[in-house]
Amino acid sequence: MSAAVTGRAWVFGDDVDTDALAPGQHMKDGIEALAAHCLESLDPDFAGRVAPGDIVVAGRNFGMGSSREQAAMALKELQVGAVVAESFARIFFRNAINLALPVLACREARTVAPGDRLRLDPPTGALVNETRGRTLACDPLPEHLLAMIADGGLLPHLKKRLKAAAA
Amino acid sequence: MHLPTPVPAGYTGRSATLAGAALTRPALTLAEKLCARAAGAAVVRAGEIVTAAVDLAMIHDSGGPRRVGPMLAELGVGLWDPSKVVLISDHFVPAADAGSAAILDLTRKWAADNGVGAFHDMQGICHVVLPERGHLKPGMFVVGGDSHSTTGGAFGAFMIGIGATEMAGVLATGEIWVRVPPTIRLEWRGALGPGVVAKDMMLALCTRLGMDAGNYRAIEYAGPAIDAMTMDARMTLANMAAELGGKAGLIAPDETTVRWLAAHGTAPADGWRDWRTDDGADIEAAHVLDAGELSPQVAAPHSPANADDAGAFRSVRFDQAYIGACTGAKLTDLRMAAEVLRGRQVARGIRLLVAPASTRTTAAAAADGTLAALTEAGAILMPSGCGACAGYGAGVLADGEVCLSSTARNFKGRMGHPGSRVYLASPYTVAASAVAGEIADPREFLRETAA
Ligand code: SF4
Repeated sequence: MSAAVTGRAWVFGDDVDTDALAPGQHMKDGIEALAAHCLESLDPDFAGRVAPGDIVVAGRNFGMGSSREQAAMALKELQVGAVVAESFARIFFRNAINLALPVLACREARTVAPGDRLRLDPPTGALVNETRGRTLACDPLPEHLLAMIADGGLLPHLKKRLKAAAA
Repeated sequence: MHLPTPVPAGYTGRSATLAGAALTRPALTLAEKLCARAAGAAVVRAGEIVTAAVDLAMIHDSGGPRRVGPMLAELGVGLWDPSKVVLISDHFVPAADAGSAAILDLTRKWAADNGVGAFHDMQGICHVVLPERGHLKPGMFVVGGDSHSTTGGAFGAFMIGIGATEMAGVLATGEIWVRVPPTIRLEWRGALGPGVVAKDMMLALCTRLGMDAGNYRAIEYAGPAIDAMTMDARMTLANMAAELGGKAGLIAPDETTVRWLAAHGTAPADGWRDWRTDDGADIEAAHVLDAGELSPQVAAPHSPANADDAGAFRSVRFDQAYIGACTGAKLTDLRMAAEVLRGRQVARGIRLLVAPASTRTTAAAAADGTLAALTEAGAILMPSGCGACAGYGAGVLADGEVCLSSTARNFKGRMGHPGSRVYLASPYTVAASAVAGEIADPREFLRETAA
């Protein structure tokens, strides 16, 4: 899988829903326009100020609600490096992995404060909070999901399989 | 096409033989039985990761062709089996602007180009149209490109919601990996009182159990109160399993299911009675609830888990009342509203919008006088589709506006401006409140109707 993810923490609470991540009113727009509204109902500054590699940190059940994949795509579009949450809603979790957005569950996610400098190593799940000088343990992803992220998501992964099947 | 499947860690499926295991099969949950069938294994247990052969894939205009089309093109493959794909245009219908129209146009062309015969264009909301047109049967393994795909579980099918890339994978290969979910059993004893319905049960469950109680799990509804329910009501329960985070929302098929299927031109395969959880099966948790104790519920903004008795919200005012969505606008839902509205008028200053769940719902409601009761009371009739439910279509809210809605979700900004607020309730409660001009307990109106 890709190298470590380094950036600042954007901290949200429990039950961040897909209407917040990808608002319905902008769902007919392209991903660039939609991403400009990502999380605006919770933090109007987020989409404008998040920097490449920044990490979204949240509480329980991140991504609950709709199956709309744009919820994960919008974060990718904004070049968010990873999402670390206490737990994830299952459809969002699969969507993110399928798009090669690292999503890791971490029991200690709540110890992260907004703006903390983080360094995440997705394969091991080690999350270093450089601001606070402590390392948090995220649940490592199973092999088959790490492989999918390493391939760049489900589509490139499938392409590889199709090629192998044809050969 | 059959592809070599990547073997995930923990994969154990397909080893047992079907014949041998029938004799010695351990007690299994309904979810385990449904996953085993799809995996071609005699027995699978909760926690195992299996590769399932998909019987049916349902997609809609929002997450469907416009998203999966380019992905299939990139893969250089077509549909694994066009006869197993059902496409339904419901989210952007009828087109409210040129952007929506383009999506619907693309959807129609894709259906024609890919030979999808089961294309239901503007006929209603996918979760209602799918069973209504005879596509769903007990025992099937179905994926839907929509989170409320859990609705299909009301028919004893294993139906899960997935995202668009995942769907492209299914459409290309006919397969998907799943972890067999553990089961949480919700046993409803007793009988619902007058004016108390499936929607009230779900709002109470979301509040008591939490929005992630069912995450990665199958929610199974059982007990005498479920046995007594219509298929419409069971669909509401299975539908809102999604609000509990459930992977599937299951109800074992019974005579009610079979009668409903017959009325919709289909029948279950032989052996349908085995689609139930065996006595002694390993379930993760069981909750016993008393339907008789339940009052009409209202969930405050911005979560279905903010529910309390409707009486606790008395005098809360709102601008719009909405009876719509796969959750709250099926025929029996409209009849609930009509029961309250017959001979009454919507209060001044409130707009009541009604969007029947499907065109067949509209036709049936027209035939039995339900629609007339609604419109005579002042309701505004809307086209069938997702409409205002997810903020895609007509009927959305302005900044600061308040809506009382029969839909499933009231997350911030879902039905329009992020500054709008949505309360959730049953069609009974929405209709009674629309007459009262503020949130009301519908039982008072039903008593008056009866008197
Ligand atoms: S009616 Fe609402 S909940 Fe149902 S499928 Fe449409 S948007 Fe989703």
